[in-house]
Amino acid sequence: MSFDSRSNYSNSKKKVGYVPRNEATQETYDSLGFMSGLEVHQQLLTNEKLFCHCPAGIFHQHDDYDAELIRHMRPTLSELGEYDGTALMEFRTKKEIVYRINNENACTYEVDDTPPFPINMDALEKALEISLLSKLNIVGEVHITRKQYLDGSIPTGFQRTAILGVEGELELPNKKIRLIQLSIEEDSCREISDIGHTRVYKTDRLGMPLIETVTYPDFVNPDEVKEGCDYIRFLNRSTDKVRTGMGAGRQDVNVSCRGGSRVEIKGVAHTKWIPELTHNEVFRQWSLLQIKDMLLESIDQPKDWKVNHISIKDLMGSNPQLLEKEEIIAINLPKFEGALSYFTQPNQMFADEISTRLKVIACIEKPNMTHSEDFRTLINEAQWDDIKELLGAKEGDSQVIVWGDMSDMKTAIETVEERCQMALEGVPVETRKSFEDGTTIFERVLPGADRMYPDTDSAPIPLEDSYITELSKGLPTDVIDNYKQLKEWGVSDEVYTYIFSKNLFPLIQKIIADIGVKPSYVCTFLGHEVKFAEGHYKGPEKFNHEKVYDLFRYLKDSGITFEIAEKMLPELIEHPKMDFESILTSINFRKYTKEEILSKLPLLYDKFADGKKEVSKVKMKNWVMGKLRNIAIGNIELSELSKDI
Amino acid sequence: MDNDIFQGYKGEALELLKKYKVRVWGTVVAQTTRGTFEGTVLPRSENDDDKHIVVKIITGYNIGIDTRTITSMEETGYKKANYKIPEKEFPFTEGLPKVKLFGTGGTIASRLDYRTGAVIPAFSPGELYGAVPELADICNLETEKIFAVFSENMGPMQYMALAKAIGEEIEKGVDGIVIGHGTDTLHHTGAALTFMCQNLPVPVVLVGSQRSSDRPSSDAALNLMHAMKAAGQSDIAEVMVCMFGPTSDEYGLLHKGTRVRKMHSSYRSTFRTIGDTPLARINRQDIIPIKKTYNKRRNDKNVKILPYFSDKVTMLYYYPGMAPDTLDALVEKGYKGIIIVGTGLGHVNKELYPAIERAHAKGVHMYMTLQTLWGYVHMFVYDTGRDMMAKGIIPTGNMLPEVAWVKLSWILGQTDDPEEVKKMMLTSINDEITTREPYNGYLVYQGGVPEVEDFIKDVHK
Repeated sequence: MSFDSRSNYSNSKKKVGYVPRNEATQETYDSLGFMSGLEVHQQLLTNEKLFCHCPAGIFHQHDDYDAELIRHMRPTLSELGEYDGTALMEFRTKKEIVYRINNENACTYEVDDTPPFPINMDALEKALEISLLSKLNIVGEVHITRKQYLDGSIPTGFQRTAILGVEGELELPNKKIRLIQLSIEEDSCREISDIGHTRVYKTDRLGMPLIETVTYPDFVNPDEVKEGCDYIRFLNRSTDKVRTGMGAGRQDVNVSCRGGSRVEIKGVAHTKWIPELTHNEVFRQWSLLQIKDMLLESIDQPKDWKVNHISIKDLMGSNPQLLEKEEIIAINLPKFEGALSYFTQPNQMFADEISTRLKVIACIEKPNMTHSEDFRTLINEAQWDDIKELLGAKEGDSQVIVWGDMSDMKTAIETVEERCQMALEGVPVETRKSFEDGTTIFERVLPGADRMYPDTDSAPIPLEDSYITELSKGLPTDVIDNYKQLKEWGVSDEVYTYIFSKNLFPLIQKIIADIGVKPSYVCTFLGHEVKFAEGHYKGPEKFNHEKVYDLFRYLKDSGITFEIAEKMLPELIEHPKMDFESILTSINFRKYTKEEILSKLPLLYDKFADGKKEVSKVKMKNWVMGKLRNIAIGNIELSELSKDI
Repeated sequence: MDNDIFQGYKGEALELLKKYKVRVWGTVVAQTTRGTFEGTVLPRSENDDDKHIVVKIITGYNIGIDTRTITSMEETGYKKANYKIPEKEFPFTEGLPKVKLFGTGGTIASRLDYRTGAVIPAFSPGELYGAVPELADICNLETEKIFAVFSENMGPMQYMALAKAIGEEIEKGVDGIVIGHGTDTLHHTGAALTFMCQNLPVPVVLVGSQRSSDRPSSDAALNLMHAMKAAGQSDIAEVMVCMFGPTSDEYGLLHKGTRVRKMHSSYRSTFRTIGDTPLARINRQDIIPIKKTYNKRRNDKNVKILPYFSDKVTMLYYYPGMAPDTLDALVEKGYKGIIIVGTGLGHVNKELYPAIERAHAKGVHMYMTLQTLWGYVHMFVYDTGRDMMAKGIIPTGNMLPEVAWVKLSWILGQTDDPEEVKKMMLTSINDEITTREPYNGYLVYQGGVPEVEDFIKDVHK
């Protein structure tokens, strides 16, 4: 009887206790020891890049480039004399990195043919303001540090980055989150493709000023992580000195479970994806810990655990799906039965962890392997028996078959063995790439502090007390204080995100102070009506919220009640250059006095009552209001009208 | 002792460290008016101010703490870094050529220097093997550090010492020699060794790197591999410079020591053969000759080592309106040879004539080279040229200015006889003057024009 991998998968899923997120409670996360922290990246709004004078924020299509060049990365020692784990992994992958350069937004600095120019002081100042808002201890002197990245995302092989502040604090509505640090850094290249041994990047985004806010792992459930992330982004936005739009803000989310390891989910573009991703990750780690316990029941000497392998090219070479493969290797995993098909994430099992590492480290494109617990049957049972015999496999062992170019096989076998050895230790520290469905795959080995090196090309920048004091004076109010103010005004929670993410609070304050519109009305108008109208009407340009100020000002000065504003919005969005009077004309607004409107009442009462024996007062009122609504809006407040009916 | 414990700190910062008994490499908790900072105290670069203490925080980043904000400090531990390139014994492989690597400094292999904050060279076969293990597949390597100086500090003494060392290695039967060298004056050394080591039976390859080996994208490793291959396996027995061809990690070029020049302050592909084509292209698999004729590798040891150099030669870079006293001053200070770097075809203004005449009368050897770098000195074309020749200035064909300076220095180290000097100057030893300039000798591309843009897009830079 062969091993029933399908029932192993579903049984293991039950054993892990996996539940969908909507069924999970704080108790669920407490029982797993959910722990999470954030690294929130935010591009700063500057004209130029951080260490050269190229324009920032000019982007290009993949194939719009003027030149290409090639680099290979080699690991180097850190300042403390250590090689970094990621560095060594990337070196093993032997990638050829191709950079595409467009003259418009990249110079010789981006591709490391010119040393850095002095840091962009505009960017530094903006980043310092955000550091101050984040209540961080500001450093006395900024030291540019090189942080190694051997994946090629930066042509130098390192990112120039510097700490501006440490040990800060972020107040959320219900708790405080501690911040580890805030750094200013240069943004990396954007990847175009990564196939086999060639990875292609474009250099348009490279070198743009970016800040990274790092929190302690203080979050205890997935929704809280999202909330924290939103608040950090709101704080950044509140300065009005950061970029907005796709890719301007991105976050790495660190997650672990009790007994697990810090795993970093990289480059999450939307905060709304965070809950599902962190939920699944904490369960994945829980699964890996169970796999470890299961394996250690039968493996006595985990340190000595080894695989053995043979070439099965002769045996399998005629398989139609493997015909083109230069080499096919079968690997025996002693005492691994049940591990490969163990549940890890929705629609993923432990074997997928191996497969993705084969793609990333050995550069073999997927599908790159099958295994003895695979649901797909690439290899029939008789062939499996042959392979097991050739491998000298015993009962309770499982097997992996990998294929690809001959030259990649050595790394492939090492990679399989290495990942399985890690299974005996628990959860490997790594960075993972996220998908919209909330699952993740292996991306890189998680780099450590060993990849830091002082930038010998840059001098330290002192930050005098007087300068910091001056900067502190111009800071906006704290997001949490604004939050409390909104609460006090009785503004509904659902419009907060829109107000903070568009940084509308200062505008709201101005409208209230200058024009005297009721606070909750302005907030709802912006956070609800404007948001709705933006989603439903298309204008020639992005809607400028400052127009709302002009609009209310106009209505006030013209003696028109504010309720008409909502009706004017579609026109305002579609034709932003049209003056308010013309908008009123085009929505058929006419001016009436209160008396003129009220004078229509007797006629309407008669009409409603016409021929009826009994008249419900409420029904009549509603009917009359409906009839008068259109002419009343703008001329008289509906609440006032209602009193007179 | 202070230096050891408080590496690089001075003034206020030093006083503060002493006051709170905090050492460099000590882990510290500092209370300041800007909050608490924790980390390991790092040495400070000597040239930086005395108002900050550098600390590596737990996340690996460095920060500076302003001494004026510190209210107290406490050392809570001590952790000294041990910066060392992993050293592994360079393996011997039967059948591979024997290559000798001379170290002169430079950035081929380097490590951080806290004193200056810059990088200093690290160098031994073991260290090199630790950093570039691929070298063991190319050759059997021996290394010897001759000096540890930065490129700009290489000079006549070093040229002569190197020439002698090369002679000795050839006598011992080496298959090729590589010289690791800072890039700034690599071409000066290339010219000097060409004149000092004649009739070479094996390749002598000068190599450096434009990006220090402490960075992942360094060109050092690939340059070193190319240089070792050229030294051990090529049949070109000349003094050559081996550096990146394009800025991409694709191939290197082998340039003649007398025709090569550093042409960009920071590009990887900074070295270019001027007025000719390079000798060959090299990658990790092949050496592809570009020039058809060159001096071939031989089995004998009949090298001629001529380690001579006069320090009484200088260069005068002409500019419009240059006053005659600039030339007089050089002569008064006792310079015996002057390489004039003239405009256009080899010109200076008439105001200099009296000074030129005075110098000539004093027996100063004057030779004309070109600011244009490309092309030949042609002093017959205009009257001014003919005037100058009449006044004793000798044109040097298409010899590069730096090469002319090296050559005249080398000659004046041997003879003072004007006729003999002239004969030696104008007799080419290894293409420092060529008789023909090929159509593909002059190449300064103009960005922006369509054909160049197409070329740049199609071919990896």
